[in-house]
Amino acid sequence: MPNWFPASKANLTWRGSLPPPRVPSGAPAGAVYPGRVPTDSPALLVADLRKRYGDRDVVAGLSLRAERGELTAVLGPNGAGKTTTIECCEGLRRPDGGRVEVLGLDRALPESAAELRHRVGVMLQEGGLPLSPRAVDVLEHVARLHDRPGASGPLLERLGLTTVARTRVRHLSGGQRQRLALACAIVGEPELVFLDEPTAGLDPQARLAVWDLIRSLREAGTSIVLTTHLMTEAEDLADRVVVVDRGSVVASGTPDELRGTPHVRVVVPPGATDAAVAADLLSALAAHPRLVTALEGGDVLVRDRDGGDLDTADLALVASALTRAGHRAAQVALARPTLEDAFLALTGRELRTEAA
Amino acid sequence: MSATARRVWAQTRFETVAVLRNGEQLVLMILLPVIALVVLATTDLVPLPEPRADAALGGALAMAVASSFTSQAIAVAFDRRWGVLRMLATTPLGPRGLLAGKLGAVLLVLGVQVLTLLGVALAVGWRPGGVTAAQVGGGLLLMVLGTGVFVAFALLLGGTLRPEAVLAIANLLFVLMVVGGGLLLPLDTLPAPLAAVAAYLPPGALGEALRTLCTVGQVDLLAAGVLAAWAVAGGLLATRSFRWDA
Repeated sequence: MPNWFPASKANLTWRGSLPPPRVPSGAPAGAVYPGRVPTDSPALLVADLRKRYGDRDVVAGLSLRAERGELTAVLGPNGAGKTTTIECCEGLRRPDGGRVEVLGLDRALPESAAELRHRVGVMLQEGGLPLSPRAVDVLEHVARLHDRPGASGPLLERLGLTTVARTRVRHLSGGQRQRLALACAIVGEPELVFLDEPTAGLDPQARLAVWDLIRSLREAGTSIVLTTHLMTEAEDLADRVVVVDRGSVVASGTPDELRGTPHVRVVVPPGATDAAVAADLLSALAAHPRLVTALEGGDVLVRDRDGGDLDTADLALVASALTRAGHRAAQVALARPTLEDAFLALTGRELRTEAA
Repeated sequence: MSATARRVWAQTRFETVAVLRNGEQLVLMILLPVIALVVLATTDLVPLPEPRADAALGGALAMAVASSFTSQAIAVAFDRRWGVLRMLATTPLGPRGLLAGKLGAVLLVLGVQVLTLLGVALAVGWRPGGVTAAQVGGGLLLMVLGTGVFVAFALLLGGTLRPEAVLAIANLLFVLMVVGGGLLLPLDTLPAPLAAVAAYLPPGALGEALRTLCTVGQVDLLAAGVLAAWAVAGGLLATRSFRWDA
């Protein structure tokens, strides 16, 4: 397999066709000017972003930060404002308020927009592919628009598209189009790439191939911001996860930080209520004040009061306490919360129908 | 060639190849004008000024120019739906480069259309002897102005409505322009009230001016002015109304 990605990418600080503009004398420290690329700036900085459609605040004061060389996943239910946020960052939508800095450049300045088109790759949710030409022609055309593109052939091979390279885009499957759109987003070897649901609609094999490619990009130093509905995608790939709901950030951190610590889950037996079991359990565990109970989805959770990990000894304590409290039929298990648990806890379980 | 020009040329080439490989586009932009030229030049179905082949060539050239309206309106509408315009606008090509590339492709295809029609016209009796450089320049001016008008209105239509609506409207308007707009047939074959209005609309002004140029050898400056005014108006409307996404 050819090594498509150059190892030196992480060292690049200037990739534009224009010479770096002069920074005005007397400029305040930390000020951002078009073309000036502070190497300590994050890949993406969004501050108090606002976007309104009609009478609806789709993005309502959203702030996030994505570091260079990291993969930041933006998670959220339908209509949370993920795509609108990303499109404001890509320059495809004009925010109503707030500030967006991409690679240290103010996104609102026209000079920045021209410069960022050289340095940022974009994969749209709808793909953005012309349907009549052949797949390889589309990719080679997009490559021609960049100053220093990567080779198209190895990229097609990496994404399993070699056999359909000469097929017209309209005859590709949804998954093949998705992979071709990803190839178009990265063929210019961008410093930062925005991927809007890059694996939506892919079968498991294609998804793994895309994940491998995304990992390679990150290892080569490319900053990545992706939106996704897939918790596994965020858990497996992301350095940091930003959970967005109703137009603002409700949580952010590493996947481990968001998941939380291992706890004991008690499945309430038939005939009992979760509140009664929790109360009985708390009384039976009175000698162990570090253990606290909580209700979640009809079950009772037992957690460490200070956020520490629970282990099998704690599991035995809880099982014994349940027996003493007369709830012999209850099932207990040591559980590590998944990102999906955390996501549902943060965004609720009700169905959403609105779209942003 | 500068990097910007190189990118615009790449887009021009890409779009030109896409048009020339598309069967429907070839029918609309090449085959229909050729059929119209042959029928008008070799039959007396429609009264035309003499020599017939010259008048037919003028109408066919105008029809070829106007076909860019239907072609571009439909292409732009579907490109919007599929996000093609937005994707390309995020590359170093940028929105302006994309539009420049599209216009370049339209002009390149127009060159192919003109050469094809001139070849067919020779076969059906048109003789270019005595054509002056000023007449060639006048013809180019009229066709470029016509292209400007029709591309501007194509962007207005394709950049604001749903693709299905654009498909229907653009095809219908093309038929109306050809049959009753003075594009292919002389204005004096239309009812007088319609002819009076059509003379100041883009199809009528372009068709009549190219027929006059091909038969009499004179550039109709009033028609050129009418086309320029419509090009400016269409351009302003398109600039104000165009939406990049569907």
